Amino acid sequence: MTNNEKKATSQEMEQIETTIGKILRYGVIISSIVMIIGLIMYVIMGSTGYTESFHYNSISELINGIINFKPYAIMMLGLLLLILTPVLRVVVSIYSFYKEKDYLYVYITVFVLIILIISFIIGIEH
Amino acid sequence: MMIYSLLIMLLVGIFVGILGSILGIGGGMIITPILTIGFGLDIKYAIGASIIAVIATSSGSTIAYLKDNILNLRVAMFLEIATTTGAIAGALLTGLFNPVFLYVLFGLLLFYSGFNMIKKLKKQKDEISDKDDKLAEKLKLNSSYYDKNSNQTINYKIQNVPGGASMMFGAGLASGLLGIGSGSFKVIAMDSIMKMPLKPSSSTSNLMMGVTASASATIYFFNGSILPEVAIPMALGIIFGSAIGARLMQKMTPRLIRIIFIPIIIYLGLQMILKGFGVNLLS
Repeated sequence: MTNNEKKATSQEMEQIETTIGKILRYGVIISSIVMIIGLIMYVIMGSTGYTESFHYNSISELINGIINFKPYAIMMLGLLLLILTPVLRVVVSIYSFYKEKDYLYVYITVFVLIILIISFIIGIEH
Repeated sequence: MMIYSLLIMLLVGIFVGILGSILGIGGGMIITPILTIGFGLDIKYAIGASIIAVIATSSGSTIAYLKDNILNLRVAMFLEIATTTGAIAGALLTGLFNPVFLYVLFGLLLFYSGFNMIKKLKKQKDEISDKDDKLAEKLKLNSSYYDKNSNQTINYKIQNVPGGASMMFGAGLASGLLGIGSGSFKVIAMDSIMKMPLKPSSSTSNLMMGVTASASATIYFFNGSILPEVAIPMALGIIFGSAIGARLMQKMTPRLIRIIFIPIIIYLGLQMILKGFGVNLLS
């Protein structure tokens, strides 16, 4: 690798890292806010809004809970957003590598995303 | 009582976040005994909280590590292929392998790495590899980082990519099959096998473990393993703690980080071997 190429590669990486850093920051801030709101509701109301061993089995049950403003639903939404942040990070990486024309890493990252989606499906089906 | 336990979870989270972000591990080994022994919760809830803890540590610390350019994004992306396929293979193969054999195997691996790291400690300074590796060059894995402890830019070259990838596949397999934290295996793969310096290894492990954990988190999310009133105060503490840890780590010497890391992986190895024989150590 020549020095010029090296420089280009490291500048490209910096660009990509800044973008991904921003996405992560937004993800963490938004999920924290939702989690804090849910937690405050839980403390004020003194319960999760359901019986003790209750849990959601599907997304539609969660959405229903959010509409009914259950503390449990808001808290779970915050956690779901936190769980999705790393996945969003992978999606944004694909776009960033593509923009920098680093096709090898576009393929690598797309492959990782596909495996992630497969495991999400396995998770929901389980 | 409610406020009291929320505050404890928050404090535990801050501690776990600081330690996890420095070492590149998830903190399940600290959270599990606190929740099961300290609070009498079922192990299922401890596992659910640990998964959330890993993701919180990863996202919280990675913000700082990306900003300071210390982690290696290409290494992370490339190795994620190995960890995620390993994790899926593990989830699909559950029941086909004898868990005793696996626990002992992975336990011994941790022991071996622990003693290898002690050997490294005897040399006063970490050696930086500068050997050219064809595959590493082709994948553009070689990089550099600015060390805030020695105030210099450190250029490094990656070695033995297939070896590192195999270890990562094993790390993914372990987390899929046994549900154990694979952060320590990731650090070992990069630091000991691929000869990446400890700080980029730990911060890259931090980035990667969030992706691995989120892949399995949906299973726990919909099966009732996650108690939000436990996981949320902990996650908030971790996000705060890992932001502190990610800054502290950069000022530390690699030697100090290693000194904290070694007893932890030896303990994890011991815990795993005992678990294989049905003895639960602090969990």
